[in-house]
Amino acid sequence: MKSKKGNIVRYNRWGYFFLIPFAVVFIIFQLIPLCSTIYNSFFKHFFDGIMEIGPEPVGLDNYVNMFKNGSIWTYFGNTMIMWIMGFVPQILISLLLASWFANPSLKLKGKAFFQTVIYLPNLIMASAFAMLFFALFSKVGPINGMLQSMGVVAEGSPYDFLGHTGSARTLVAFMNFLMWFGNTTILLLAGMLGIDTSLYEAAEVDGATSNQVFFKITLPILRPILVYVMITSLIGGLQMFDVPQILTNGSGGPKNTTMTLIMALNKHLFSKNYGMGGALSVFMFVITGILSMIVFKMNKQTEK
Amino acid sequence: MDGKKEKGLPVKTRRIIAYIVFVLITILCLFWFYVLFINATRSNAELNRGFTMIPSKYAARNFKNIIHGTQPIFTGLLNSFIVAACTAFLCTYCSTVTAFAIYAYDFKLKKAIFTFILAIMMIPTQVTALGFVQLVDKMGLMNSFIPLIIPAIASPVVFFYMKQSMDAALPKELLESSRIDGAGEFRIFNQIALPLMKPSIAVQAIFSFVSSWNNYFTPALILKKDNKKTLPILIALLRGADFLKFDMGQVYMFIACSILPVIIVYLCLAKNIVAGMTSGAVKG
Repeated sequence: MKSKKGNIVRYNRWGYFFLIPFAVVFIIFQLIPLCSTIYNSFFKHFFDGIMEIGPEPVGLDNYVNMFKNGSIWTYFGNTMIMWIMGFVPQILISLLLASWFANPSLKLKGKAFFQTVIYLPNLIMASAFAMLFFALFSKVGPINGMLQSMGVVAEGSPYDFLGHTGSARTLVAFMNFLMWFGNTTILLLAGMLGIDTSLYEAAEVDGATSNQVFFKITLPILRPILVYVMITSLIGGLQMFDVPQILTNGSGGPKNTTMTLIMALNKHLFSKNYGMGGALSVFMFVITGILSMIVFKMNKQTEK
Repeated sequence: MDGKKEKGLPVKTRRIIAYIVFVLITILCLFWFYVLFINATRSNAELNRGFTMIPSKYAARNFKNIIHGTQPIFTGLLNSFIVAACTAFLCTYCSTVTAFAIYAYDFKLKKAIFTFILAIMMIPTQVTALGFVQLVDKMGLMNSFIPLIIPAIASPVVFFYMKQSMDAALPKELLESSRIDGAGEFRIFNQIALPLMKPSIAVQAIFSFVSSWNNYFTPALILKKDNKKTLPILIALLRGADFLKFDMGQVYMFIACSILPVIIVYLCLAKNIVAGMTSGAVKG
């Protein structure tokens, strides 16, 4: 059966109709805010106490100040360091776990249970999780209690996890690792299960060891997915906020070494420093925009 | 054994190593939650005495204390639930509508719009937060749930997932034949497409519920009145308050209450969620 051409054309107009909700909401709540954020970045506009200063157009001054001041590079560095500290173990553990899951010759049992467990931390409220870690790792918390009773640290002088740059960053990175490695494992597993099994059979016939199979077959085929995982994780990492914000009570301490870009943005928003907030937002927008384009190009390639 | 020699470690050894690692990682994942729930059942005095692995009997009292405490946990739970449930409903329904528009019809701008939505998929909401808050303020919607719920209608990620599931689960012939039977386009969507998409909708509903439930950044900028605050904001307040003044049992109980609903829902539906995760991801 074929419907008449005129009918097809008429039906297809409904496509536009069904797009209306998305388009309207997108324009009002994303496009207009984006434009006004960019617009704000060209004005000097902040509050000194209760006194409002500006808005006064200053061209690129906010950007010049932001980069000259140097704090943005500190925050960018903090964000990247904590992201890398979390991402490296995450990708290694995920690769290992996924390759075991995908390996039929190991005949592992309880895979479903294990996948459920490793994915669980991803769904936990990051702020509650950070609050929990703060309570557990505080000077009077149970972790210090255990360390003292085991004699790792001296009785009566608990280790101040949040008072030292290394341990504070490690805590943030560890929590990010814990929250995301399950997700990554499942993504990589999906990629590994998609690999043609005849390749493995051929390798087995040729007498390849499991290490050779992993490094010579699995990894090269998986490369696009690995790059995809890395870039999406980087975009997520640049948005790092809830965990360090709650863990350090917004201070980014010790001495601003755990202050991330979004935490700085959040500070500008709360103090109503619209000019600097705008400039920082545009900076973030450009970086994430470039990274998004890479992901987008990759998705398009795999579609072909 | 069949006498086939493996170079490297034999399968049996590798299997044992795998199981040991599995157990270690399971402990690494669950330890924190175990400590949380144990500590939520203990009194402040017991907590100060040090950590044990055995639950105590103060759960009910801790719970009673946080209800009568300074932090409005019930309002917080209710607010979080209202926002998350409305978000999940609107987000999944409207994203399915959008996906249907792209999937079922052929119009001039279809390709361009589809490409555009994919291109903006990864852009974080934080970068537009400044303009967003100003806009919400101008609209007089500060302290309202509307600016937290309505924007979910335009969720490129959910749209993309629904579009992919339609490619797999919604035959175009079916739409065509119901059109010939004289069904209107609304009816085709609501009575034919929607029921077929139910499994994918359920998975996405859970994901959008959870991400809204856990969201801290935007609600903290919009909700300033105490009786409107959602759980993550209350947790931030708890963190900001002078820590030692608190009854630690209550703090643990508070955290437990805010993550327990998600854990329960997850454990009930874990199979669908993990499967949904994978099927959404395979296409890459």
